Amino acid sequence: MSGKPKLHYCNARGRMETIRWLLAAAGVEFEECFLQTKDDLTKLKKDGSLLFQQVPMVEIDGMKLVQSKAIANYIAAKYNLCGKDIKEKALIDMYVEALADLNELIMMHAFQPADKKEQNLANIVDKATNRYFPVYEKALKDHGQDFLVGNQLSRADVQLLETLLMAEECKPDILAKFPRLQSFKARISNIPAIKKFLQPGSQRKAPTQPEEIPGLMKIFQ
Amino acid sequence: MSGKPRLTYVNGRGRMECIRWLLAAAGVEFDEIFLERREEYEKLIKDGSLLFQQLPLVEIDGMKMVQSRAILSYIAATHNLYGKDLKERARIDMYVEGIADLMQMILMFPFSPPEAKEKNLDSLKERATNRYFPVFEKVLKEHGQDFLVGNKFSWADVALIEAILAVEEKIPAVLSAFPQLQAFKKRISNVPTIKKFLQPGSPRKPPPDERYIETVMRVFKL
Repeated sequence: MSGKPKLHYCNARGRMETIRWLLAAAGVEFEECFLQTKDDLTKLKKDGSLLFQQVPMVEIDGMKLVQSKAIANYIAAKYNLCGKDIKEKALIDMYVEALADLNELIMMHAFQPADKKEQNLANIVDKATNRYFPVYEKALKDHGQDFLVGNQLSRADVQLLETLLMAEECKPDILAKFPRLQSFKARISNIPAIKKFLQPGSQRKAPTQPEEIPGLMKIFQ
Repeated sequence: MSGKPRLTYVNGRGRMECIRWLLAAAGVEFDEIFLERREEYEKLIKDGSLLFQQLPLVEIDGMKMVQSRAILSYIAATHNLYGKDLKERARIDMYVEGIADLMQMILMFPFSPPEAKEKNLDSLKERATNRYFPVFEKVLKEHGQDFLVGNKFSWADVALIEAILAVEEKIPAVLSAFPQLQAFKKRISNVPTIKKFLQPGSPRKPPPDERYIETVMRVFKL
């Protein structure tokens, strides 16, 4: 028994990827147990391991945590990624909840039917460049600091980098009008723990390919 | 200027109701602004009051907070409704997130097409009685305490009672197989701040009606 957190999910980004990012940014090694078939999920349910019969589930500190936001909150708080006081945390939470909304759009893109994909992509790009990115660009411009909140690394920085990279996968030049986000991206990518996570062979997952979708859907049927 | 939190939304439950519940449970009085016209919403955006151009908006402690979960976490943390340590907080978060998934079904209900309504009601009943309520029934049975987490009133209790009452509005006998939840409902309804919120004339909003749906469609251009 290793004492390391153990992540239960499929071998895909989905609703576990942000948790992987936070653990990696905190320098915490973790193990992964990948669901490959419907039976794998059924077994976990039968074990009573899944409070609401759903994954993600993370075994950590003697708990079997479910609900990706609850898991992310616990990790962020435990590893001091929530700012120095309640007001910094409030700002971080606002930033992070909005990023989760954008992430959700990007995550759902892979599952759109072919005839809806183009419109969906246009919606992602519109929201990213008109609603979300300008907020972070302005925050960085206004205070001129390296990190989004309180002049120190927080989950907001980790999650913003995660989202920027996924957005670039959708549209490579999506940051063209956001010079501060470009330098933010370079800067945060160079933090040692994050640099390590961005290297090949890390536990970071690749974008879900269309051919993987049927297999993934089968697990959750 | 009153110093009270100020809530800006449309005059109905939507994504603000859980915030009203939590403030009320914490014994915090608040003011409300209700948007009726699209122009009022556009003005808020132009003013820069809405960080991500969305509501709910809660002005509290000098901040213009948006994103309902961020707002709820802040209120819970500043009013001792978030457990005594990180592990209790994790438990509360899990329960609250599960309940939020259930409440999402209710939130979307008024906006589903008429032909989907029966199917959605069946889904709601299935999820409530098979996935969510059994969890809380078991938690209460196993520890035998009055409150869900840490033997103390918390955000989790507020979220659960809100959900129970909301589901009962659609499925009146939904708690018939859950004696612990029936007792919980009675007990929490009698917590003085909750009891006050459940009385007529409180800021609690009625279930969505035609007028509410029209207002939402108009203000948010859906």
